[in-house]
Amino acid sequence: MARERHALTAAASAKSRLVDLPRGEPRAELHRELVGHLRQNRTQLREEWVARIGEARLLQAMTQEEIFAEATSVYDSYVAALETGTLDDLTAYARNLSERIIPRGVETHEVVGIVLLLRDVLARSLFAKYQADFEKLNRILDAYEPAANRIANTVAVGFVQERERVIRQQQEAIRELSTPVLQVRERLLILPIIGVIDPMRARQLTEQLLRGIRENRAKVVVIDITGVAAMDATVANHLVQTVEASRLLGATVIVTGLSPEIAQTLVTIGVDLGKMNTVGDLQGGIEQAERLLGYKVELG
Amino acid sequence: MQVPILKQGNVLIATIQAALTDADLLELRSGLVQQVVRYRSSGVIVDVTAMDVMDSFASRTLLEISRMIRLRGADTVIVGIQPEVAFAMVQLGVTLEDIPTALDLEEGLAYLQQTSRSIN
Repeated sequence: MARERHALTAAASAKSRLVDLPRGEPRAELHRELVGHLRQNRTQLREEWVARIGEARLLQAMTQEEIFAEATSVYDSYVAALETGTLDDLTAYARNLSERIIPRGVETHEVVGIVLLLRDVLARSLFAKYQADFEKLNRILDAYEPAANRIANTVAVGFVQERERVIRQQQEAIRELSTPVLQVRERLLILPIIGVIDPMRARQLTEQLLRGIRENRAKVVVIDITGVAAMDATVANHLVQTVEASRLLGATVIVTGLSPEIAQTLVTIGVDLGKMNTVGDLQGGIEQAERLLGYKVELG
Repeated sequence: MQVPILKQGNVLIATIQAALTDADLLELRSGLVQQVVRYRSSGVIVDVTAMDVMDSFASRTLLEISRMIRLRGADTVIVGIQPEVAFAMVQLGVTLEDIPTALDLEEGLAYLQQTSRSIN
């Protein structure tokens, strides 16, 4: 009741005070009031938010209980961030949340969507509460909006950063997985290359191959590029350099599996493949390598 | 820093143990070219394991050593080029085109044993 009366008197004096009231003066107070309101209506607002998430069909990868649990945590961190004005805890929570939900296939638009929904739910509740006192509503929203925007921004950025970190990690993993140097016989290495070779991967391949030659005391290396769809001039030149560097270590390189497209590209751009020992397929390459090493394969 | 040249059977072995000046390299060249005939050697091994930089003068001198020794009737093998050095060399366009290379001293000796002009 007291609150209502206060609102009424405020409304009555709103016209005269609108001008001489220094704007932003009681901002801390407004924040306190805002936080108090959000604390008081925690249960109701939270439920409303979860209902809205359900309506908007967001976070379909998660169960209703999980959404409710996460919503509670997000709500509390949200209010805490509004209260303290520091975003550190919320940033940490957002990162932690992202770590948990990214593997489950939650998309960026969903995360942004739920934060915006919360913002909307809270704004509506503020509107409902202060609608009698237009001037106060204005000031409350003035205090609320920038903070809410910053929070939404933090959560979204945190999510995207986490996603990017995951992507970088996966790229690294793929890169390491995709460059095995295999020893198939005493002194014979095979380097099967699959996928797209960019200059960085090419350099990595070369390093691994040269190290492998040294460690395994290889005399012959078969580089199989059957799985390489295309190759540009830079990478082709790099391949030639790798062959030459291997020779300086005393190893002969046989390149196998050049596709017609790559062969045509290489001829067109004029890469000098004269120094290269090429064989049609991997089987032929291994056979030739065995001949070079003095192996003789007999049926029987 | 002078490069010691050792005689092992029919093979001369020069092991480079530290970074060489241009003068050292030229001295190595004349030493090898003289001794290969004096000792009637059929093969020469230059071991560059300890070199972590190979500039264009060094690689050109190695190339010259190899060609001069060919003219004096023996084969040359360069052994022990480090992987990083090897890649740096090819990026500079230095590939020691026609000189045989081997991983290390042991491989170099094995190579010389296989080639016709060498021991046995």
